[in-house]
Amino acid sequence: MTEGLFAFGVFFAAIFTNNILLTNYLGMCSFLAVSRELKTSVGLGMAVIFVMTCTSAINWLIYYYVLVRFDIVYLRYIAFIIVIAAFVQLVELVIERVSDVLYAALGIFLPLITVNCAILGAVLFMVIREYTFLSGLAYGAGSGIGWALAIIAMAGIRTKLNIRSKVPFGLTGAGITLIIAGIMALAFMGFAGMITIT
Amino acid sequence: MLISFLIAVAAMCGLATFLALLMVIADLTVGNYGEVKITVNNETEMTVEGGKPLLGTLMGEKLFIPSACGGRGSCGFCKVKVVSDIGDYVATELPWITEEEKKENIRLSCQIKVKKDLAIQIPEELFNVKEYRTRVERLRDLTYDIKEVILKLLDPGEIKFRAGQYVQFQTPEYELTSESIYRAYSCASQPSRKDVVELEIRLVPNGICTTYVFEYMKEGDEVTINGPYGEFYLRDTDSDIIFIAGGSGMAPIKSILLDMAEKGIDRKATYFFGARTTRDLFLVEEMRELEKRLPRFTFVPALSAPTEEDNWKGETGLITEVLERHLKNGDSLEAYLCGSPGMIDASVGVLTKKGLPEDLIYYDKFA
Repeated sequence: MTEGLFAFGVFFAAIFTNNILLTNYLGMCSFLAVSRELKTSVGLGMAVIFVMTCTSAINWLIYYYVLVRFDIVYLRYIAFIIVIAAFVQLVELVIERVSDVLYAALGIFLPLITVNCAILGAVLFMVIREYTFLSGLAYGAGSGIGWALAIIAMAGIRTKLNIRSKVPFGLTGAGITLIIAGIMALAFMGFAGMITIT
Repeated sequence: MLISFLIAVAAMCGLATFLALLMVIADLTVGNYGEVKITVNNETEMTVEGGKPLLGTLMGEKLFIPSACGGRGSCGFCKVKVVSDIGDYVATELPWITEEEKKENIRLSCQIKVKKDLAIQIPEELFNVKEYRTRVERLRDLTYDIKEVILKLLDPGEIKFRAGQYVQFQTPEYELTSESIYRAYSCASQPSRKDVVELEIRLVPNGICTTYVFEYMKEGDEVTINGPYGEFYLRDTDSDIIFIAGGSGMAPIKSILLDMAEKGIDRKATYFFGARTTRDLFLVEEMRELEKRLPRFTFVPALSAPTEEDNWKGETGLITEVLERHLKNGDSLEAYLCGSPGMIDASVGVLTKKGLPEDLIYYDKFA
């Protein structure tokens, strides 16, 4: 298999069969908190796609050109976290400066993303599975899209839930959201076997 | 071994320094908005450092916009009209802004940042709002969870407010908070006592400000307040008045009643005060005293869950049930409400059902 084709496979696998939220349950806090409304979910989803794609690329370079080179791979957690935090801060500063529209849509979600464990998770999976730069990039983008897909689907369900359903009092909020997330994860298991990535 | 250790430290330090340097450069270039001019009400101009939220920037210029939550975007009080172009609404503003306010570009000042020259419009009386240094003169337990706090004004020595308005109390840094925060409390004293501000504060479990007041603050301490704020004051009409309050909602009503007694405003007034048991009732004697000074005023305390020991002979039931019993349809009335959001919403429901138009119902909701 050529590298390009492999990257393509990784991209799709990251969205469906290995969805970072529904199979690894990463990034749950913002998933639970922000999935109340469709509009904000789309905003956060877009921000996650952007940040995940970029940080995967940057952290791939940091990993192979700094951490592996100096043989300090065991420090990768700290290195990845500070790179993500700094990147998010920088992007926020820039977005705020250049575009009010983009800031209103994405900017306010960026601080939330710094502490989103899905971002760190994607980067760690990428280096553990020893992807090439291209595949790593595809994996980051795919994971971001997968996460966005899951939160947007959840926001749609919750919006409908608010209108139609009588949720038992003890289950309102996070309770019913977690149950729905579980059922969604089961549904996504239907994709299993289509593509396998290692 | 030592070398690999040093390499690790050096590499990580290098990475961190590089990122920090990048941030500093970005902050100085991209994040630097320089000096920005804010024009208030077409008259006053102030030059400020750009890049910070409008609310805090104005506070730095000693212009105090009312805010009960202290800039977290959770009270929706700090609205200002922005005349110049400042871009679209951000998501954190939207829950507080009505469609009509959108047309006028009313913004939540704690959520918008000062990035370029701005022109804003604020009510003229906000220029009257000042910061006051005060000393805690007396602390008294009104009930097991409500404290009366009497603050003696030091600098400036006098305050001018309308009965029913509120001030913001600054909680200094202490164990529960690393920065000073502000919470709003109504004045319970009458406006004629210009040199003191009296507050009635109810303990909120784990509340940052109330814990400070109940457990840390002592008589003789200095605290800072700013104010006065608010549209909750007695309208100058001849209509009969209904006051409804619960808990520390007593404060502004007491101020209004004392003011009425002093000025000899003789209007028919009924004050419904809701509590659970007699243990939650306070200032009853003061109210009875006011009944003597104001011939057409009646105080109606109501208990929702009196116990046998209470030996209660007055009104019982939720405040809404008591209102149902006392109010007739179509009376010409004005209603003044202060208390928890739940109580206010329920009471407004009863009042409108009884035919009282909503614009004659005034309230202060303290969440």
